[in-house]
Formats: sequence, structure tokens, C-alpha cells
Amino acid sequence: MAEAKTTTAFEPWTDPNAVPYIEIRNVTKKFGEFVAVDNVSLNIYKQELFCLLGGSGCGKTTLLRMLAGFEEPTSGQIFIDGQDMAGIAPYRRPVNMMFQSYALFPHMTVEHNVAFGLKQDNVPKGEIADRVAKILELVKLGSFGKRKPHQLSGGQRQRVALARALVKQPKLLLLDEPLGALDKKLRESTQFELMKIQDQLGVTFVVVTHDQEEAMTLSSRIGVMNHGRIIQTGTPTEIYEFPNSRFVADFVGTVNMFPGRIVDEDNDYVRIGCDEAACTIFINHGVAAPPNAELWVAVRPEKIHLTREAPADARDNCVRGTVDGIAYMGDMSIYNVRLDSGKMIKVTQPNLIRHSEDTITWDDRVFLHWHASSGVVLTL
Amino acid sequence: MSRAGYVPLGERMATASEPLLRTLVRLPLLRWFFNTLGRFAISGRGAVVLVPYAWLLLFFAIPFVIVLKISLADQVIAQPPYTALVQWTEDTYLQIKLNLGNYLFLVQDALYWKAYLNSVKIAFISAFVCLLIGYPMAYAMARAEESWRNVLLMLVVLPFWTSFLLRVYAWIGILNNTGLINNWLIAAGIIDEPITMIRTNFAVYIGIVYSYLPFMILPLYSTLEKLDNTLLEAAADLGCRPFEAFLTITLPLSMPGVVAGFSLVFIPALGEFVIPDLLGGKDSLMIGHVLWDEFFANRAWPVASAVAIAMLTLVLLLMAGQRKLEEKAETAA
Repeated sequence: MAEAKTTTAFEPWTDPNAVPYIEIRNVTKKFGEFVAVDNVSLNIYKQELFCLLGGSGCGKTTLLRMLAGFEEPTSGQIFIDGQDMAGIAPYRRPVNMMFQSYALFPHMTVEHNVAFGLKQDNVPKGEIADRVAKILELVKLGSFGKRKPHQLSGGQRQRVALARALVKQPKLLLLDEPLGALDKKLRESTQFELMKIQDQLGVTFVVVTHDQEEAMTLSSRIGVMNHGRIIQTGTPTEIYEFPNSRFVADFVGTVNMFPGRIVDEDNDYVRIGCDEAACTIFINHGVAAPPNAELWVAVRPEKIHLTREAPADARDNCVRGTVDGIAYMGDMSIYNVRLDSGKMIKVTQPNLIRHSEDTITWDDRVFLHWHASSGVVLTL
Repeated sequence: MSRAGYVPLGERMATASEPLLRTLVRLPLLRWFFNTLGRFAISGRGAVVLVPYAWLLLFFAIPFVIVLKISLADQVIAQPPYTALVQWTEDTYLQIKLNLGNYLFLVQDALYWKAYLNSVKIAFISAFVCLLIGYPMAYAMARAEESWRNVLLMLVVLPFWTSFLLRVYAWIGILNNTGLINNWLIAAGIIDEPITMIRTNFAVYIGIVYSYLPFMILPLYSTLEKLDNTLLEAAADLGCRPFEAFLTITLPLSMPGVVAGFSLVFIPALGEFVIPDLLGGKDSLMIGHVLWDEFFANRAWPVASAVAIAMLTLVLLLMAGQRKLEEKAETAA
């Protein structure tokens, strides 16, 4: 990877000697003929916050349920802390789960809900009361202990569910769409709370989500899933800046995709011809692809510059177009630009100046250009 | 509406009937009717609500008042066989005579309160046995595969397609000394003498449990089916074994169904007449039978009415108790 690495960073996955806490080996799960999880292998390390990201029906929840023990793999093995989980019932696993629907017991108060797991372990009564009070304090529900779930708001219920899963101090916490039902503000504050809790308690988290923003802010690593397979695993930066396929590039964030073929290449550069762009795309590193293969160049909207005048070097990575639409977002604006080939391109520009007579506006003829390191070459 | 397009029958009927309804509403008679209702501050909505109230008034409240009236009268040999409560005497005196003796009689004669007690005992035990048999059945149905559930539900309701009386008669043939069970047991060499089952309390319990079991299963099934399965998964996830999860999650959450099923069996079983009459013996005297005897054999309409009123009071009291229980179960759920 191109980015610089500091030695203090928490990156056990780069250490070949690190022992994974969860080891998923060639796990497949079929429901009848339908393959929900297709030959997935994955290592997750202690104290990671790992996000399984994917659209609905991609198999992420099924994978999570197999970790919790609600589903048995059709084939393959799951190890948690070195122990094979085959045939081990959910109530014997060192794992707690926070359900998407929260699954709070409606006939019990908040306190009893949280104490439920401790009672199962025959923890002494005094200790149960202490731990329940402490964890409710942590999720800021100290005064809500005597209420029933139906007397709480969505956000409060979500925090009760989190407290109930955390109070047993599990080694591994599974969260199924933990922030799905919350509004935007609450979601952001809970995200940071989650990260803080993880820091304090040193729990390993596996989070399932379909929300890429949630995955980006929360996780140490992300596994992008599609059709039951893990397409790419990596840190949020790796996933965003170095996607390994068109699916990942398109699923995480917005992207402009140019199909093309290599016209000129060497060890340290490659030039790609693209009919839709009406220019050659220059990439400042070599690509491992057969000479005449079809490939795609992905360019993120924020990496494209928009100017009225032609840039100094307009040989590569420079296209002309007409502004078709502008969406003003406050901190930035999204420009829809129609290239002369008819292709629509999305460009985002930060609004650095409050007001200017000379801003690019509708129907302006513009040049779009980007740096030689901005394009990502995708062969899949 | 296009001529070429297909118009569903319902829509065609609605379109056709609209002018008819418009004229109907404008008819003098109906206008008078709605105006009169309006004068008593009864809107169209109120009129709809009025229907069940009118039904209850006609077929429950008025008969109840008549029975109450008879229960306070004296028995006479006449047509009808009871005295009037309100009478003109000496032209100017309006005499109201209330006879509380019938109720006193119910308390004094051991026959009556023993019959009441026996009814409560039989109804309670039957409802309890129904619960013991019905709960696992309802649970299994609710846990069955979705495509099977409607079939199983159908099978539970299926006995209703045959006359209740016929099904109780059939039990005579099964429980008789020369009936199905005894014949089999003797043929198999397990017993020499037939076991007496018919005309005992045992036969009454069998009859009531058999007949009322669906009323237990249906409300139980409907609460158990709605139970969120992820609650049980959450319990298991927190370290709870399946049986304990049943006791701490499933059972408390199905209490509304238990209370509803129990009262649906208990209350009708309390006044049961046919089953103890056909299958029961001397021990299984229930209040329904006492009432029948007073009314038809003794022609003691006032006493029979008093028996009926006392029983109604008992049922109302029990229902109030059940209501309380249900509210408690619901707030708990």
C-alpha cells in the first residue's frame, strides 16, 4: 500500500505472527438451494472493530448468526479463541449479540433485562445489582432502570440492548445493524459512544451494517460482502482509496467509472485509452493486466478539478464537458457534468470562497482534470 | 371509465347502486328516521354502535329482568306458575310483594350449594386439564412450519363440523361397559371384568375436556404464534438454556392466552348440562342439571330462576376476577 505506516498503529492483521481471535475457515451456509454464505474465510483479531458491509441479502447477517450459534455452517469451520464452535449451542458461547430489533424482553424492566444474562451465570445478587447499575450509568440510562421497554424511546432501547450485551463482559460482541433505527444526530453520537466503550472495555466487535458511512467511521477494518462472498477486506482508507473491484468502488462512496484499454505501458506508468472520456488516462504506476484486456478506471468525484481554462498539461487526464446541474450542499457543491461523449460525470468541489462572481454555473463549458495518482485501475 | 376496459363486478355493482342509494336516502321515511336519530343526538356512527347495544338489550337485559322478576315470586299452581310482583288490592292500594324465600332456600338446602361447588370443581379441573393438554398442542402448532399451521388449525376446528350432541353420544359408545375400550382391554386379556367408566365423574371430565379443548387451544395458539422468536434467541445468547427460556420468556408472555383460554373453558363448563346428563352419574350433579329439574320436573319456576340468577352472579364475579388477571398479564407482557 502506498500510505505511510506508523509503528504504533493498531494493525494486528499485518503481523504474520498474530493469532486471530476469530478464524472463519471456508464457511458455506445453504438454505435449501440458496447459498447465503459462499466459502468465506476471514481472520478477526482481538480488540478489532470489524464491520461486515453489504447490501441486503448479501449474507452478512447469516455470517453473524453463525458466529452467535443460531445457524450452523453447512460446511467449513469457525474458531473463536482457538476453540472449534461446531455443535456448540448459543448459550455456551463466549459471545453476546445485540439484535437489530433489540429483542428486549417486553415483560421485564430495564434492570431485569440487563440483569438477565448475569442471573444465568449465577452471579451473586449484590454483584448483579452493582454491575447493572454501573453499565446503565455507562450508557447514560441510570435513572431508567425501573421502566419497561415500551416506555422508552428508540435510542434508549438501543442503549438498553447494548448494555444487556455488554454487562456480561463478553470477549466478543456481535452487533446487527446497531444504529439502523436511530436518527442522524443520535446515530453520530452513539457511534462515538460505541468506539469509546470499545476502548474502555477492550471488547472485540463484529458489526453488520449496510450503511457505508457507519462502517467507515466505526471500524478498524471492513469486509465488503456481495452474494455471500467477501469481496475485499481492509481498513476504511484501503477500501475507499484502493478498491479491488468495480463493486467495492461503486458500493463504498460515489465513483466515476471509465471503461478502456491499455494503449501504452511500462514498469512505472500506464496509459489507458477511453472512448467515453475522449482522452487518454495516465496512471503513475504499473498495472498487472494483460495488454489488450478490458479494464476500468475509477475516479472519485472529489479528486476531479473543475476549471474554465485548460490546465497547463492537457495531454492526459483532461476532458471537456458542460455543466448540467449543480447541487449546493453548503460545505461543498456537487456538479453533474455532461462530457462531449454524452457520459455524465459527478464532481464535488469544496466551497472555499463564500461568494464569487466568477463561480462555475449552469451550461458553462469546463475542463475536468485529475492527478496521475487519482485514478484506480480495476480489472474486475 | 373506459368502455373497452374490463370493469370488475364489485365496481359495476357499486356504480349501478349509487343512484339507488341516493334516492333511498332522500325517501321521506328514511329522512324521518335519520332526523329523529339526529334529534336524539345520534349520528350515523352512533347508529352503528347502537346495533350491538340493542341486541344485548333485547336478548340479554330484558330476559334477565324477567328471570329476576320470576325469582322474586311465589310458586303457584296456575298459568304461568308464579305470582305477580305488582298487584292492585282494594282498588287503591298498589301492592309490591317480593319473595326472597327462593334465595334463602338456595342457601339453606345443601343440595344447591353442593351442586354449585361441584360445578366449580368440575369446571376448574376440566379447564386445568385442557390447559395441560392444550398448551403443548398450541405450542407445537405455533412452532410448526408456516405451511403446516393452517392445516393444523383446521384440524383443531374440524370437530365443530359434527354436532356436539353426536360427539358426546359417541363417548357413551366408547366408555360403556360393553364399549370400545372395555372390549379391547378384555380381548387383549388385560382385564377380566369391564372397568366402570360411564356414569362417573371421570366420564364427565373426559366429555368436557374433549368438547372444550379447541377453546383452550385457539387463544393460546394466537398468543404463542405472535411471540417474537428473536426474544428466545436473545435469551439463549445471554446464556439461558432452552427450558429456562421457556419458563422465563415464553410462559410469562403467553399468560394473556392462558387466562383467555382458561375462562373460555371454565365459564361454559360451569353451566354445562348435556355432558354430565349423558355421561355423568350420581356424583356429577352440576348446577345446570339442578336448574333443569326445578324447572321441568318440579315446575318451580321461581326457584329455578333464583338458581339461574345466583349462577349468573357467580360467573360475573369470576369474569371480573379474570378481567383483573388479564389486565395484570397484559401489563406484564
